[in-house]
Amino acid sequence: MSISHSIAPYYKVMIERDSCKKCKRCTTHCSYGALSYNGERIIADNSKCVACQRCVIMCPAGAIHIIKNESFLPPHGNYTRRIRNAIWAQSGNGGVLLSAAGNDREIRSIFDDLLLDACQVTNPSIDPLRETIETKIFFGRKPSKIDFKRDTMNPNKICLKTEFMPNFEVDMPIMVGHMSLGSISYNAAMAIYQACKELNILAGSGEGGLHPDFYEFGSNIITEVASGRFGVDINYLHNAAGIEIKIGQGAKPGHGGHLPGEKVNSLISQTRMIPKGSDALSPYPHHDVYSIEDLAQLIAALKEATRYKVPIGVKIAAVHNSAPIAVGIVRGGADFLTLDGFRGGTGAAPRIIRDHAGIPIELAIAAVDERLRKENLRDEITLVAGGSIRYSADLIKAIALGADVAMCSMPVLIAMGCRVCQQCFRGLCSWGIATQQEYLVKRLDVDVARNRIINLFHSWNEELKEVLGAMGIDSVESLRSNRDRLRYIGPNPKIAEILGVKHAGE
Amino acid sequence: MIENNIVKINAAPNNRPLSYKKLNKQIHNMINFKHKKILLDDVCGQRFIAASLQGNLEIEINGLPGNDLGIFLDGPKIVINGNCEDQAGNTMNDGEIIVHGEGGDVIGLSARGGKIYIKKDVGYRVGIHIKEYENKFPVIVIGGTTKDFLGEYMAGGLIIVLGLKFLPDGKIIENPHTICGDELGTGIHRGKIILRTEEDLEDKLGIGAKVDKMTSETEKEIRPYIEEFCQTFEIPLEMLFEKPFKVIKPISKRPFGGNYIGTII
Ligand code: SF4
Ligand code: SF4
Repeated sequence: MSISHSIAPYYKVMIERDSCKKCKRCTTHCSYGALSYNGERIIADNSKCVACQRCVIMCPAGAIHIIKNESFLPPHGNYTRRIRNAIWAQSGNGGVLLSAAGNDREIRSIFDDLLLDACQVTNPSIDPLRETIETKIFFGRKPSKIDFKRDTMNPNKICLKTEFMPNFEVDMPIMVGHMSLGSISYNAAMAIYQACKELNILAGSGEGGLHPDFYEFGSNIITEVASGRFGVDINYLHNAAGIEIKIGQGAKPGHGGHLPGEKVNSLISQTRMIPKGSDALSPYPHHDVYSIEDLAQLIAALKEATRYKVPIGVKIAAVHNSAPIAVGIVRGGADFLTLDGFRGGTGAAPRIIRDHAGIPIELAIAAVDERLRKENLRDEITLVAGGSIRYSADLIKAIALGADVAMCSMPVLIAMGCRVCQQCFRGLCSWGIATQQEYLVKRLDVDVARNRIINLFHSWNEELKEVLGAMGIDSVESLRSNRDRLRYIGPNPKIAEILGVKHAGE
Repeated sequence: MIENNIVKINAAPNNRPLSYKKLNKQIHNMINFKHKKILLDDVCGQRFIAASLQGNLEIEINGLPGNDLGIFLDGPKIVINGNCEDQAGNTMNDGEIIVHGEGGDVIGLSARGGKIYIKKDVGYRVGIHIKEYENKFPVIVIGGTTKDFLGEYMAGGLIIVLGLKFLPDGKIIENPHTICGDELGTGIHRGKIILRTEEDLEDKLGIGAKVDKMTSETEKEIRPYIEEFCQTFEIPLEMLFEKPFKVIKPISKRPFGGNYIGTII
């Protein structure tokens, strides 16, 4: 590539020469090869820096600063630096640009335009520190009504006619999203599963199978059956609290998956049940699911295969016609439905899809909740919603819009040390999270990471209780679909209309 | 009813077909009673028969089993005295499915192990994404012909198509139809598809697949399966070697590897 087409580095590594002790620690900690020692001083290759902050944190002298490299391009509001860089990258190498984490475009968040209601005078609030506020929910399909019949043996006895579907209890309406072993490291997965077991909340397995070491956490794990069917065998189906058919993912609706062979080490090979070094390609669709009828068939097959012991659900990316699809899924027999919004995270996805496909989760929750209620189906299923639940405010608003459980992944990674550098697909994560390289994985201390996740979700749950108390609600189940407790302050009344939320002041 | 250690279940007592739930429940009950051989009579379209069954077990089926026969199967042998519908052997881990007739679409989807032998023709999308792992090696042998998308996304194992036709009077002749449809082996990145044909297959190949000649090594590899297939369906083995075999292989282990770039922008 000629110099005239090279891309200006995004970041600049500044080293305070006076403070630097030349201990070279930064050079071993940088997994992207941006720092080296030339015998005299530390030198930085700015083009390799991803601003992951590992060196900054690890430098004993506090001598490293990563700053944004602003100096190169003439400013242009329309041809942004990113668009110009994309053109240079693609005209140089060709190919579909990869990305990771979630959509990073500055698109206005609808959650941020919603305000919460609180009690004043006419309806008393509840003090969560002194009174019980329930955050427990029951996961699984529920009958919309209960029928009774006379016992055939003893006509004086009345017994239940309605058959109950499997349900289980979780202590918080929070679920850690699906991240496969492969997209994240063994230590990261271990920390997540341990934390979820401790908190009695759910975690997703992702579509890469479940390593036998994690079977003991099965009662807190929703396993995924995706188009590649990686790692799906009887043990996998029997060691789960629930099973989810993964149709789509918010970060890449309509797209398959591609774990490159070099990441398939013996651990991943064992988990996915594919040979070491072989590419793991997930076909774009499930080739046994081309219609709602086919999907109903796969749901029924999984119920039959698990002898009706666990809830079977479906995950779809939030797209334009999510609402009618959701109706089909519920009528097709799903016990839970997972909606994943367009900001949802990923270990690797084409940038074009991550940044431009799908719809915001707020709108999808409202549209699906509304449609299911119209069809008298809403109370039958558990609705899980994710796709950028960043903090407890998003969680609370998602539930008020109509979700039973809010699902998130990025906050869990950030709690463990992730700096959102968005390079996960390269497998070089300097924090030991999105990598399979032994020397990097070791950096993630499972105990520390587990405790941080526990602390985070405890805090969120306390905040949820505070809000419920302020609203005068004593159980999170009564907040669900309670849109009257939300008000809109954004610029677009159409959004408020779709959300079924009044404008502030109304 | 038990005869010669074989326990019989009628799938349509009084001509009223049982639901798949009830039928499977009866099968599970028999397994709980330690029965190892089960005969299903009058099967009429019930789906998911033998779903996720494990162990040393034999199930014989008279009638027409519905979709997803033996889905997630892990060991048992299923023999069908007739045809089977779509997705037989879906995500199978181990075991055998022997069909004395025709098969539908999407047979053996994503199978990781086991054998599926189908005497006559099959439909579209057969053997999609079958894959091998350690001692697991899925093998699908088709006596007749197949339609489009055979072995798409294949990630291991073996598919063999023989191109025979079985006449009602018991005669076996060369199938006059083309051996397979288009998009043969699209995206294949491991494993082999063996087709017994003189046809030029170049035009039918999907992206990532190539035609290769048969080697003596590959012949040795497939011979036990072909012998077993011929024995099962009473086909004279010699007639199979009257026509050449062609081998479909992946061009590379990374068919779509070059499509993506990771430049920081
Ligand atoms: S870690 Fe800090 S002190 Fe040590 S060599 Fe690097 S910049 Fe200098
Ligand atoms: S997980 Fe690691 S690679 Fe991925 S964004 Fe976070 S710090 Fe970067």
